[in-house]
Amino acid sequence: MDPVLLVASIMVSATPILLAAIGELVTEKSGVLNLGVEGMMITGAVMGFAIAVSSGSPLLGFLGAAVASAVLSLSFGFLTQYLLSNQVATGLGLTLVGLGLSALIGSNYEGQRAPSLPKLDIPVLGDIPLLGRMLFAHDFVVYLSLALVVAVWAFLKYTRAGLILRAVGEDHESAHALGYKVVRVRMAAIAFGGACAGLGGAYVSLVRVPQWTEGMTAGAGWIALAIVVFSSWRPLGVLIGAYLFGGVTVIQLNLQAAGTTVPVELLSMSPYLITILVLVVISARGAHGAPASLGRPFHATS
Amino acid sequence: MIKRRTLLAASAALGLVMGGAAFAQDVPKIGFVYVGPVNDGGWSQHHHESAMKMKEHFGDAIELIEQESVPEGADAERVLTQMALSGADLIFTTSFGYMDPTINVAEKFPDVKFEHATGYKTAENVSAYSARFYEGRAITGYLAGAMSETNKIGYIGSFPIPEVIRGINSSYLHAKQANPDVEIAVVWLNTWFDPAKEADATQALLDQGADVVLAHTDSTAPLAVLEKAGAYGFGQAADMAEYKPAPRISSIIDDWAPYYIERVQAIVDGTWESHNTWQGIGDGMVGIGEFTGPIPEDVLAHVTQMKEDIASGAYHPFTGPINKQDGSAWLAEGEVADDGTLAGMNFYVEGVSGSIPN
Repeated sequence: MDPVLLVASIMVSATPILLAAIGELVTEKSGVLNLGVEGMMITGAVMGFAIAVSSGSPLLGFLGAAVASAVLSLSFGFLTQYLLSNQVATGLGLTLVGLGLSALIGSNYEGQRAPSLPKLDIPVLGDIPLLGRMLFAHDFVVYLSLALVVAVWAFLKYTRAGLILRAVGEDHESAHALGYKVVRVRMAAIAFGGACAGLGGAYVSLVRVPQWTEGMTAGAGWIALAIVVFSSWRPLGVLIGAYLFGGVTVIQLNLQAAGTTVPVELLSMSPYLITILVLVVISARGAHGAPASLGRPFHATS
Repeated sequence: MIKRRTLLAASAALGLVMGGAAFAQDVPKIGFVYVGPVNDGGWSQHHHESAMKMKEHFGDAIELIEQESVPEGADAERVLTQMALSGADLIFTTSFGYMDPTINVAEKFPDVKFEHATGYKTAENVSAYSARFYEGRAITGYLAGAMSETNKIGYIGSFPIPEVIRGINSSYLHAKQANPDVEIAVVWLNTWFDPAKEADATQALLDQGADVVLAHTDSTAPLAVLEKAGAYGFGQAADMAEYKPAPRISSIIDDWAPYYIERVQAIVDGTWESHNTWQGIGDGMVGIGEFTGPIPEDVLAHVTQMKEDIASGAYHPFTGPINKQDGSAWLAEGEVADDGTLAGMNFYVEGVSGSIPN
């Protein structure tokens, strides 16, 4: 098994889930449970593909995907934050809307080809034998997703804004009493989550597959949601979870293709099993529970 | 119980109102249930297009109702029950996994007729219909063997059901005719439709040295990946012509329209009877798409001849001598596989490595 090819495949497989999960983590940290990740991803996938095809620029495609999914997520934000609708039901509705809307928008793009995303050629680092080709010769979205994880981690841990976001997620009444704009903070977090899910979806339709097919994210959004929970809402955990899931998925397919004697049933469930096991073991240490206000509606009474 | 009764009463009332107001006469209502979206570019799309051709043929003489992306299993039963309650006269269930749900629902609605695709169970009001895809696999398999330079071809399996296993065996046997050194690598995905997973599997097969990949899943994702890699593949269920001339160098096309027209006609005439039919290239249910790309002349001549021989019945893709995977004899020299064994095929032929999941 060529390690360079394997690592490249793993990164391609893990990146969409990582992007969606890191966005959802920020949303949930602000106390909002958005179950519409799948819908936002598929919207990102179709919008990214459509824009990239019409403009010829994959970069514009990714940008458009992020904007489109952020706008879609804001509709969820408006319903849940201003009209105080139930977050679980609205999130599920968002998934259904996303799936339907994407099918409608995408019907003209079936069977078309997307412009391909160039691989970055990082000087010096890319020239290191083996490691260089393995780690430093991917497209920019892979690095963007990794940078986002670090940025989110630093933002939540070290910045004042991050502290406010966490405060809103832990106890929105207190945060409100202190004068923080709970709803506005949450709307921003929801939009960020939407944009990230959109990028993840666009990565599926522009890089991983690359084509538009209805329903093509096929549950990746749900995996991202699960990874956020199993990582105990920690950015590093999300990174490990996404790469484990993507990694084991790719490795098990490679093992099958290489004709291993391990039963296929075991291989097929291994991505789910291993990811859950590892994340549960990690989160067993220390108390990193859910944000206390997660999923609860907030209405300013004073 | 109350709920069901209310539902029945409500639908009956609705039927009366609609019957009185909108429709002067009661035309047969034909239902179709698909496992994927109707524009998946493959399996479900082809059933849908065939249904549309059937509708075109009959015009207003029938009413067509369709339901797409129905998961196999409990959901399918719910959808079928709903269709039967809404007055469907004939329902086509177009995926292998609908077999038991179809049989169960058919028991509850003895007056509604059902047609299940690619299964083997039938009942008084349930027909089974399928196509001999393995005949097409013989041709694409031969092409795969001939076109492979690495002597390794890949096969993306969906579910370990007889239809897929027949496809693997037929592909391998004929790849070997073209290239005695060829090996086949099989990857099981446990899904009919998941473009991202199909793309990952194609990539994994390429990474493992395969340079021609046959897919038994429904989307065009494998072809998209093969195109990037400069490898070859085939249209599956549909022509997938947008990937001509390469990576798609031929295709297996399912043509259900004539069958649908024939069966709906039987409903219109009141002559419908349960049967179990299995048609191939010769009957036109399995079509072979145009050969494109850099196929050498002699290979082209061979597969063209093979297609004719299969169509005329002169050649059967499973003709002995063929051994099973464990080396035991299956077919003696010149012996031809019987339909019973083929319909329930649960073993690999000699030379295919790996084991079949349960």
